[in-house]
Amino acid sequence: MEILLALLIGILTAAGAYLIMSGRTLPYLFGLIMISNAANLVIFTAGRLTFGRPPLVPPGEDSVSGVANALPQALILTAIVIGFGLLVFALALAFRSYYVLRTIEMDDMRAAEPVEGGK
Amino acid sequence: MLLFWPVAIPFMTAVLTMLAWRSLRLQRAISVTGGVLLLASAIAIMAAVAENGPVAAQAGGWPAPFGITMVADWLSAVMVLITGIMAVATLVYGLADVTAAEERQGHHPLTHGMLAGICGAFLTGDIFNMYVWFEVMLMSSFVLLALGGEKKQMMGALQYVALNLISSIVFLSALGLLYGLVGSLNMADVAVRLPQAQNDGLVAAICSLLALAFGIKAAVFPVYVWLPSSYHTPPTIVSALFAGLLTKVGVYALIRSQVLFFDVSTPWMRLILLAVGILTMVFGVMGAVAQGGFRRVLSFHIVSQIGYMILGLAWMTPMALAATVFYVLHHILVKTNLFFIAGIARRHCHTEELSRMGGLYARYPGLALLFLIPAMSLAGLPPLSGFWAKLFILKAGVDLESWWPVVAALVVGFFTLFSMLKLWNEAFWKSPPEELPDKPDPAIGRQRWRVIPVVMLAGGTVAFGVFAGPVLDFSLEAAKELLNPQIYVDAVLGDRS
Repeated sequence: MEILLALLIGILTAAGAYLIMSGRTLPYLFGLIMISNAANLVIFTAGRLTFGRPPLVPPGEDSVSGVANALPQALILTAIVIGFGLLVFALALAFRSYYVLRTIEMDDMRAAEPVEGGK
Repeated sequence: MLLFWPVAIPFMTAVLTMLAWRSLRLQRAISVTGGVLLLASAIAIMAAVAENGPVAAQAGGWPAPFGITMVADWLSAVMVLITGIMAVATLVYGLADVTAAEERQGHHPLTHGMLAGICGAFLTGDIFNMYVWFEVMLMSSFVLLALGGEKKQMMGALQYVALNLISSIVFLSALGLLYGLVGSLNMADVAVRLPQAQNDGLVAAICSLLALAFGIKAAVFPVYVWLPSSYHTPPTIVSALFAGLLTKVGVYALIRSQVLFFDVSTPWMRLILLAVGILTMVFGVMGAVAQGGFRRVLSFHIVSQIGYMILGLAWMTPMALAATVFYVLHHILVKTNLFFIAGIARRHCHTEELSRMGGLYARYPGLALLFLIPAMSLAGLPPLSGFWAKLFILKAGVDLESWWPVVAALVVGFFTLFSMLKLWNEAFWKSPPEELPDKPDPAIGRQRWRVIPVVMLAGGTVAFGVFAGPVLDFSLEAAKELLNPQIYVDAVLGDRS
């Protein structure tokens, strides 16, 4: 199970990195979404993976061992919510910038850094 | 309870300014009051730390390391204090500079949201909580940067958002690995457990990931490009606040994580930091020399000055860390002020392009004098604060006989002086070009609200230079505490450590 997840994380990161290097705003953001999901899976894996064993303390005992840690899963929820908010904002920004600049090619966006001599 | 005020006050202010959405006058009053209260709470924390040493508070009464801890040691307290001072200065400056249109789009709530994020990041004792505060700060700063929606703002904002989102993801992955390794996210608890972890590879990975994440926020080489391409695009007040505080949050997080977690386990990181520090200084100042816009020159100087701070961290002796603390404080004060002055100059000349500016000295000698104080301080002329900051860094390097960084720092200092003189020549000294109108921009508003913070910060710079001795003693105290993580651990975990 760990190996499967590790492979998935690797593939997500590689695909994300490929998209990020495309030089266009929208593929960049899609790549970012993939990598951020890979990061969430990293946290998920860090909390131990077990099949069909809910992390509940049996009656009469003080603690339980050999089950998945619930805290990383709570952390992922926080990370997903925050990441979702940020990405929605980034998408809105990408849309707005396309609206203003009429391009999604990053190389054509020079207004903030004019080429020497001005265009 | 005290430690929660610097977070609670800006949040309350943000909410209140939103409730007062219809009345801009009321929003302004609430906003400035909120800033003053933030400063007051920061002073109270500083006083408490000065009296009793590091203090910690547990949210909701959960004992550490299970709940979220807020900690103020010397470094955190002084960072919150300077944040309070900058908040008041920028908010007062904003009374004249923020246009009604920007205020209607939510300038005040966003500014206070960002301040809450900054103070939270300085005070938190829980590394995942620090991630959350980073996001609070980033989200507000994203919107502030894009507010107004001009063409160049969109482009600046896109670059800023793109790189900072990557930094957040890297930070998050590092946290996942860290929790998997030590099973705790409380910073003091991690500091205790990490040296016992028998997994050098994973510790190295965590250390590098955290350094990369904080390095992007701090704008160090080679991941600084987002800064010079975005900081000159938003309104003056926004870029002044960003320039002073945002990168310093990254520097703070870098210092905190390196000295608390990785002091012993990854000595090779210091060599990397040393190289990064030198390259950051050199590339920053080279960029600045090549630029032709007032705020663009200043933005590149932020990068180059961050390099000095990283050098101090890389050497990690008491003197070097004290010099870094001193440098951070000096830089926040001076850089914010320079951005303020750039804003005034822009209103007078109707442009930020240095080639089309000029004649400010002849028309406004007072402004020129006010520019000279922070500019010469940044360049490192005695007896201003920048001279001492650079001197302490150099002394730390000479004590260690670490010659290459020392030489680089001296050369970079020379180029800094050169580009400050360029700003002086182009904007203030040379005669104005023909087409420059006599009258300032009609949007200039009530000038006195701009001048008051500029004069106060310039006065602060001079005082900082004159009283460099006491400030250095104070910084040494902070450095001593940083180098002995046990003090921090004891403050948080108490007897259980």
